[in-house]
This record gives sequence, structure tokens and C-alpha cells, in this order.
Amino acid sequence: MKRNVGIVIVSHSPDIARGTADMVRQMVGEKVPLAWCGGDPGGGLGTSVEAIIAAIQKAWSEKGVAILVDLGGAETNSEMAVEMLSEERRERVVVCNAPIVEGAVMAATEASAGSSLDQVRQTAEEMRPA
Amino acid sequence: MTVDARLQKMLIETVAQQVIAHADELTRLDQAIGDGDHGINMRRGFEAVLSELPVLSEKSLPEALKAIGTKLVMTVGGASGPLYGTLFLGLGRALPVELSGTAIAEALASAIDAVKARGKSDVGQKTMLDVLAPVLEEVRSDPHPLPERLRAVAVAAAEATIPMKAIRGRASFLGERSIGHMDPGARSTALMVEAIADVMEGKT
Repeated sequence: MKRNVGIVIVSHSPDIARGTADMVRQMVGEKVPLAWCGGDPGGGLGTSVEAIIAAIQKAWSEKGVAILVDLGGAETNSEMAVEMLSEERRERVVVCNAPIVEGAVMAATEASAGSSLDQVRQTAEEMRPA
Repeated sequence: MTVDARLQKMLIETVAQQVIAHADELTRLDQAIGDGDHGINMRRGFEAVLSELPVLSEKSLPEALKAIGTKLVMTVGGASGPLYGTLFLGLGRALPVELSGTAIAEALASAIDAVKARGKSDVGQKTMLDVLAPVLEEVRSDPHPLPERLRAVAVAAAEATIPMKAIRGRASFLGERSIGHMDPGARSTALMVEAIADVMEGKT
């Protein structure tokens, strides 16, 4: 069983998602399950529910998964993806209301300390502009 | 009243082709106030729907609507994928196989509530809801509305989004500058209603 909350990064741009994941890895290390996705089902800028579901499964941890998103469609698609998970997993995934880069780094830092999903989300959401 | 396989096929086909035929227009509208991919996304979604037309025509109407919803969620991308996906899934979940005007109004009402929840939005915010709500009112006031009435309500409602200020979605970043453009989601919803009216009139 993975001990720490997993982090999923969802951007309209695969480059931003991958870059954000690189920053998380460099700053937080390998202690946190991490996955990213970006781009729409046709390969353009956008997000894909299917890819988000796959990223959640990849970063899955018994403690849950926190998702960081960039713009509106990424949030809507992430919420849709969460709803399409099995019932017992659905309860343990949250979409954080936080800026994607800062939120991902802060969430991963919190997660690496073994914190709960709620704590991880709270820490990420502290980065939200007032 | 039930929808037989032939009519169902025609409904799905006409709605899909209508959206696909207007994809460039939807993209132009979205370029003005959004991120310019609405037509591209919707075309991809409805082409995926068309590719499964034979299977979809054989299902009961509620099952077909649910399958269309899932297809749109998986293939459209953008915010319109989950929003239209939720609309079709909601209709499929709420519609009985044996249709009546009242049953359609109730199913549409519950599907609209699901779209509101998904988009954290409501009527008056320059979205597809600004077309769906007046169409629902029309169906509610007359369980057997004339197709030309439905079409007129939908077209007028989409046009009524032009002076609105966007509150939700990418267009809301523009604030006041979103005023003066028709909402692309309102337009795509009106296109679907127009297509349904065409089928009701036997135009296709």
C-alpha cells in the first residue's frame, strides 16, 4: 500500500503538466505517487476525461489523490472523471481550488509528510489568491 | 408514445450532423470570447457519436442517450464535454421508455439541474443554460409544442445571450468585453433544438 496521498496534475497543455510534475519531483522527491496529463482527446490543447481517469489510477494511493488543475475545462473534466470512478475510490479524490504549479508543489510537500487528504487539500488551497 | 428505432436514428443523426455542419461557426463564436475550440471539440464528439449510430439506434431511447452522454464526455474535451455529457446522461437517466410530454419536461428539468451542478452555473450567466431553461418552459407550458415554436424559442434565447456578461468559464475572464458576442454553448444548444424541430416537422 502506498503510504502518501497521490498528486495528479491536469493542464490544458501537456508541456505545463509535465513541467509542473518535473518541479514537484525535483522539490519533493519520489515519496509521493505522481501523475500528470494534458491535451484533449484529439491531441490539441485541452483536457481528456479518459486521460484524467488513467492519471488518477496511476497516482492511486489508499490515502487518496489530490488533483491540481489549470483552467475551467480542466476542473469540469476532473470532476467528471472523479464521478466515473468506482464508488469507494470516488470518496477519496479531491479537486483542489489552487493555482496549478504552486498548488502542486505545496500539496506534494504536505503529502510527503504523510498528511491526510484533507490536510493536503488545505495546504494547496492556502496558495489560492485572496 | 415511444420513439421507434428509425425515428431514433434520425434524431441522433440530424442532431449530430447539425452540430458538425456548424462547427466552424461555433469555433468562430468561441474565438471571440473563449478559447476557440468549441466547434472543433463538438465536431470530434458528434463524429464519435455518428460512428456508433447503428448500435445507438438499436438501444432504448434512455439507454441511447446515456451512451451518447458517455461518448461526449470521453471524446469532446474542453468544458463542453462534461457539460453536454451530463445533459445527455441526465436525460437518459430520467426519461422513461414510454414517453409523454410531461415525462420529457420532467427529464429535461432534472438534466438541466445536473448541468447547473456540473458547471456551478445558473441561468443568466451567458451559457447553454440560457437556451435550455426557456426551452424547458416552452415544453412545460405546452406538452406537445409545435416544432416552429421550439425552434423560435431556442434561436431567440441564444441571441439573448449576446448582451449578457459572462460569469462562468473562459469568457468570464473578459468581463465586460464578453458583452456583444453570442455564447457558443448557447448557440450549440439552439442548433440541437433546431435539429429536433426539423425531425418533428419531417424536414429530414
